[in-house]
Amino acid sequence: MPFTYLPVLVMIGLATAMAIGALFMSFIFRPRNPYREKLSPWECGMEPVGEANRGHFRVHFFIIAILFIVFDVETLFLFPWATILTEKGLSMFVFVEMIIFIAVLALGLIYAWVKGALEWV
Amino acid sequence: MEQLFFYIFAITAVVAAILVVSMRNAIHSAFFLIVCLLQVAAIFVLLRSPFLAAVQVFIYVGAVMVLFLFAVLVLDVGKEAFREHMHSQSVPSLVMVAALLVIMGFMMFSGKLTVPPGAYNEAALAKNTEVIGRAVYTKFVFPFEVVSLLLLIALIGAVVLVMRERGKGADRNKPEDI
Repeated sequence: MPFTYLPVLVMIGLATAMAIGALFMSFIFRPRNPYREKLSPWECGMEPVGEANRGHFRVHFFIIAILFIVFDVETLFLFPWATILTEKGLSMFVFVEMIIFIAVLALGLIYAWVKGALEWV
Repeated sequence: MEQLFFYIFAITAVVAAILVVSMRNAIHSAFFLIVCLLQVAAIFVLLRSPFLAAVQVFIYVGAVMVLFLFAVLVLDVGKEAFREHMHSQSVPSLVMVAALLVIMGFMMFSGKLTVPPGAYNEAALAKNTEVIGRAVYTKFVFPFEVVSLLLLIALIGAVVLVMRERGKGADRNKPEDI
């Protein structure tokens, strides 16, 4: 049974090999000429202040993260649901059940939408 | 053949886990944690539990890592924290790892880690995703629907918190925006 997952492994392996290969090839072929101005982050000709990797993180991303997590969990529940959906007698009940589940979560999405939390201003 | 794959995944997982605690940049640690958790998912597939593998990828690699990265970015870990990344915890942690190793080895060799399969025989457990589905969507319908309410509460809580924050900052940052 695990060998039916071999294509998944091959796909992950190919994707990893391509990502590493692209980085490695550009490492070989790119010209190497670093100097101070080129390495500094571009800030409209100003002297850079502080580090580039800290601070200035918008709290708005939190809504996107929570939305992702909510619908991630919802997708996860669809897997066992899909396996028993073909059963006679049980399928209609299970189907309605999942529709209610998704509707409750959709309520949250609509709430976020109406509140304007999805607008990227 | 299967054992070979198990050793590949297990060794990659252990190497990635060591890299997690030895990286100086917290983002790099998070990346190697993703690698480690993906290997654990592959081992779940080898153990014939595809649903657990999906849970591992969706919940740990997806949701938990998003929260990890979010905490790292929001807490704004400075360069100083990257310098002294081990803090003087190395001796207690090594002791704990050794103790865990001894306990797990003892449990494994004394056969206390195996659990009787209960009402299910081998053939029924081969289709364990269906077993889980039938249990969740018939016997545990009510807790399942409560989960959706819990997720809804989390979502509304996040929206309320962030929108209040933004309402305070809006007139200060953008006077032309009404």
